[in-house]
Amino acid sequence: MVEPVVEVKNLAASYRKNIVLRDVNFCVQAGTLTGIIGPNGAGKSTLLKTMLTLHPALQGSVKFFGLPFKKAQKRIGYVPQRGSVDWDFPTDVLDVVTMGLYGQIGWLRRPKRLHREKAYSALTQTGMAEYAERQINQLSGGQQQRVFLARALVQDADLYFMDEPLAGVDAATERAIMNILQQLKASGKTVMVVHHDLQTVKDYFDHVLLLNRTVIRHGQTDQVFTKEHLAQTYGGTMRWMREGESHVVFAHDE
Amino acid sequence: MWSSLMMSNVQWVLISTMILGVAAGTIGCIAYWKKQSLMSDALAHAALPGVVIAFLVLGEKNLFVLMIGAAGTALAGAFFIQWIRSSTRITADTAMGMILSVFYGLGIMLLAIANRTASGNQSGLDSFIFGQAAAMVRSDVMTMLSLAVAVILIVLILFKEWKIYLFDPQFAQGSGLSLRGMDVIYTTVLVTTIVIGIQAVGVILIAALLIIPSVSARYWTQSFRTMVLLSAAFGGVSGAAGTLISTLGSGWPTGPFIVVTAASLFVLSLIFGKEKGIFIQYWQHKARQKMLSQQQADRQLGPNRVEEGIQ
Repeated sequence: MVEPVVEVKNLAASYRKNIVLRDVNFCVQAGTLTGIIGPNGAGKSTLLKTMLTLHPALQGSVKFFGLPFKKAQKRIGYVPQRGSVDWDFPTDVLDVVTMGLYGQIGWLRRPKRLHREKAYSALTQTGMAEYAERQINQLSGGQQQRVFLARALVQDADLYFMDEPLAGVDAATERAIMNILQQLKASGKTVMVVHHDLQTVKDYFDHVLLLNRTVIRHGQTDQVFTKEHLAQTYGGTMRWMREGESHVVFAHDE
Repeated sequence: MWSSLMMSNVQWVLISTMILGVAAGTIGCIAYWKKQSLMSDALAHAALPGVVIAFLVLGEKNLFVLMIGAAGTALAGAFFIQWIRSSTRITADTAMGMILSVFYGLGIMLLAIANRTASGNQSGLDSFIFGQAAAMVRSDVMTMLSLAVAVILIVLILFKEWKIYLFDPQFAQGSGLSLRGMDVIYTTVLVTTIVIGIQAVGVILIAALLIIPSVSARYWTQSFRTMVLLSAAFGGVSGAAGTLISTLGSGWPTGPFIVVTAASLFVLSLIFGKEKGIFIQYWQHKARQKMLSQQQADRQLGPNRVEEGIQ
């Protein structure tokens, strides 16, 4: 059997007194595009952060390419929620994207022309090349997200984690982002995405991880993304807008 | 002879307050983007008890030992703030406010005790509250100079690291930067700047020198590099100009003049700042208004052209 790209065993994490995640176990194979789905407060972001050691784990282990995080770090790219930074910070778009190369450039060294060119081509890929010189405080939400994506692309990682890259962006940006994710997948990279919109899950992801404090179901989308499993994940607060296979909308009071 | 000695001492004081301003402006910029301006204020106040404790232990006024004492309690203050934040539900600003006043109160209390001792009475420890740059001798100045240069170098060498640490710490950590390491360096540099500054401007006013130049610089630029350079320049100019003004009258205090100079630069920046100043914002608003009404007028070039309510 091929070694999984991500292997999570028995992971648990807490915020203050509440245990947010417990008994999380799953494996992800190379070249897959996985959507992490679950209600608010299910621990989706916490799962990503705990896996990437940005948040302390209570117990359990996470391996990437069979290695602990520290050793696999260079092969992993992370796109945080765009609301997690202060966009008023005085810098331009190209500079933010160049930050994705800091790990490769090495600490204490300065970025060279080559690095700026790499950053520029990543911006071209996300359709943001003409904004390279733009101050980041003048960007719209969708543009901010594309800049973050470009920053992840220059990292040239083999495994990407993205925290709600499609939250609050317009349709055009959503398409552009999903195109890039499909390209990443096509080139053999592995991508895990925290996602909110249940209607698009079937179109976007080949694998789904249903999460609510623990893994409810994980596997190929057509097998896992079913009404019963979703009801199990979201509890009794699901409301079915249309009794078809494909159109579901959830309502969750939180 | 007396006047030439005075002159040379003024030169030394001038150089040291200037470089102190540069160091404080530089690290202040980092504190600004770490959203911890109050932190520098809290740590500056927390340095006072350390000065007095070091004096009581040693029994004499040795600047270097007093600085170590100051650094000790300032770091203890930083530790307590961190501890209160992580282990209670008290928010960061409340924690800083608590540490600021408790440590300062402790410092004043110890100062009263020290002043009762035989040597303490003449020690001039009081000057650490408001600073007394003019009383500095050459060796004091050399200590200050070397520490300040070290502070500036650390900020410059780690420039790229500061940027990512301040803009997106989570991503920085994901790229392999040790946040804890950067936190330690930041706190060390901040405390060092405070400690070298309290001799000149005192525990109360050093915070102003850390906070004001970076805020002023923010009004002029949209580049982090330029902001750090400008903040350093504003700090340096405030230090030098404040010292010069204070030599004009006898017994004029240096620290307060430095702070007033820094505040004047802030007011100028607030009004005339190229990026966020009041004038530029008003002017840009008016220009856009004019542009818009022009466009509307062009579109309505008909018989029933209406003058919009724009004077």
